[in-house]
Amino acid sequence: MEIYRWPGEPTLHQILREDGTLAREEPPGVQDQAQAWYRFMVFCRRFDQKALNLQRQGRLGTYAPFSGQEAAQIGSFAALRRDDWVFPSYRELAGMMYHGLDPAHALLFSRGHPAAGYMPKELAMFPGQIIIGAQLLHATGAAWACKLRGEDRVAAAFFGDGATSQGDFHEALNFASVFQLPVVFFCQNNQYAISVPVTRQMATPTVAQKAIAYQIEGIRVDGNDIFAVYDAMRYAVEHARSGGGPVLIEAVTYRLGPHTTSDDPTRYRDPEVHDAWARAKDPLLRLRRWLERQGLWDEDQERAWTAEVDTRLAEATERMEQTPMPDPASVFDHVYAQMPPALRRQKQELTDLRGRV
Amino acid sequence: MSRELTMLQAIQEALDLKLADDERVVLLGEDIGVNGGVFRATDGLLAKYGEKRVIDTPLAESGIIGTAIGMALNGMVPVAEIQFLAFIFPGLEQLLSHAARMRHRTRGQFGVPMVIRTPYGAGIRGPELHSESVEAFFAHTPGLKVVVPSSPYDAKGLLISAIEDPDPVVFLEPTRIYRAFREEVPGGLYRVPLGQAKVVREGEDLSIFAWGSMLRTALRAAEQIEQERGWRCEVIDLRTLYPLDRETIITSVQKTGRALVVHEAHKTAGLGAEIISLINDEALLYLRAPVKRIAGFDVPVPMFSVEDDYLPTEARIRQGIEETILF
Repeated sequence: MEIYRWPGEPTLHQILREDGTLAREEPPGVQDQAQAWYRFMVFCRRFDQKALNLQRQGRLGTYAPFSGQEAAQIGSFAALRRDDWVFPSYRELAGMMYHGLDPAHALLFSRGHPAAGYMPKELAMFPGQIIIGAQLLHATGAAWACKLRGEDRVAAAFFGDGATSQGDFHEALNFASVFQLPVVFFCQNNQYAISVPVTRQMATPTVAQKAIAYQIEGIRVDGNDIFAVYDAMRYAVEHARSGGGPVLIEAVTYRLGPHTTSDDPTRYRDPEVHDAWARAKDPLLRLRRWLERQGLWDEDQERAWTAEVDTRLAEATERMEQTPMPDPASVFDHVYAQMPPALRRQKQELTDLRGRV
Repeated sequence: MSRELTMLQAIQEALDLKLADDERVVLLGEDIGVNGGVFRATDGLLAKYGEKRVIDTPLAESGIIGTAIGMALNGMVPVAEIQFLAFIFPGLEQLLSHAARMRHRTRGQFGVPMVIRTPYGAGIRGPELHSESVEAFFAHTPGLKVVVPSSPYDAKGLLISAIEDPDPVVFLEPTRIYRAFREEVPGGLYRVPLGQAKVVREGEDLSIFAWGSMLRTALRAAEQIEQERGWRCEVIDLRTLYPLDRETIITSVQKTGRALVVHEAHKTAGLGAEIISLINDEALLYLRAPVKRIAGFDVPVPMFSVEDDYLPTEARIRQGIEETILF
């Protein structure tokens, strides 16, 4: 009797080493974009910190920080076309802002503002999904429609390691595989689903190997290496766009902060492991080292850019806070394309009540 | 061209006509292609429209509903079949949390024009978990519409309206009357509007509200009671359970002063409670007796050897009419 066994050691695609030297030749296009990527990563890191501060000051509600995952998000979104379908999770604001979401608008999610749901009209991007893994099926369906209609757009779903335990993850990979759909499943394995470590989420050593069970391509990439992430995503998007079928990417990364502003990660984290990720493996530090070696960045630029970012963030915060609060009766809008009579009566009831106070 | 069709044939014809009429329409589900559906509601459609329009999917209800949402977001009009209503539960998350909310959460930018068709209800000697009647789950969820035909003519016209509706519609097909009778059904496309109930039998003494297979049971009970006691019951087929046709319900109760709701779903928190509450709000002072519910008992839908006793019967309905009129 032969037992079917996972055959090999997991691989990890890496281009940029932790010390900022190249492990292999960088992919085309990277030289031109690297500085802009770094600037955006710094912007996002400070955005994240700003949001946390605003939450502590009571100016924002619950916020899910992404610090540590900037390379995984920006590198993957950078490989998408503006008209591709994007189905993010709630921890994807760095990627979403890179794709075109106004930072002031990005903060509205944590302000509990319904207008957060408006996405830029020129994009096919959805608000971050709260239910873990649900958006993988939406991406698969959108990709299916692309294929049935002969469009050359692809769909991308973004999710974390926790989502791979959900049935929807497996159903989406299976549907995409059976029908050979142009969809990329991009998993940021940030090591924790709230408090549960990935080793308790799955017994397999990698997420990427799950692709094998669905006869689709799987890539495991260093998620803190923006060159490798971009390279993997560019390959996957082209593969899907050219009719090659779906791809599963696992970006191995680390969430530096809490799950959200409501939890304390010191309760469940190993401080040594945390320090290793926070110091040696920081995605910003790595790219900065490479840029400095190339003579494309220095301390003066860092200082000037940081100051510029803080000005932009202050301006974004001001615009966010000046966004008028919605008319409460607007909750009745967009439940249906046409408001049913019973809802119209309830809307009137609320309007009348507010008119009296 | 008008012929006598069963409800199943009328549903098949509605799907056929919409596939021909609108290239955005696709059918997907388990066994709907080569096999033509376990009840044959999609019989012949794969051969006629090909596998890009009539799609046999893997066996995964969340996958079916979730990918149908994605298709709808990207310009298609999916009509998904869930093989039996009780099989929908793994897909409820996609239906309730995503299909129903998408328009609202994207502030009107993305709607989900899709139909979930599913056979439902008891009375066909089905195995365990083939006979549920949980329409209240859907009617309770903002963003969904819920439609139940009770005749071949309405089934065709309502399904066409449901497919053309810009919002997700749960279309519940009563299996017990899929092939129970035939009636005249016109050949081409026609619509029965959603949200409109129908007075199936006029009367002055009591209003009976029913839907699906219970409509026929209620009608028979109304005929029997007229012969036995001379009381004339008005029977109203609700046809759409969300949004409810308040006006038709209230107008009838104002006329008769008595009402009875019949549904095969469990009594507690069933739609009967909602209808009684509506009557309470709008027509309390017209009432001459408490409004009664004749419903399925609050037990899991039982194995089929005892399902006839679980389901409301003509005798139970007649007794309910007597208690209400003699109150």
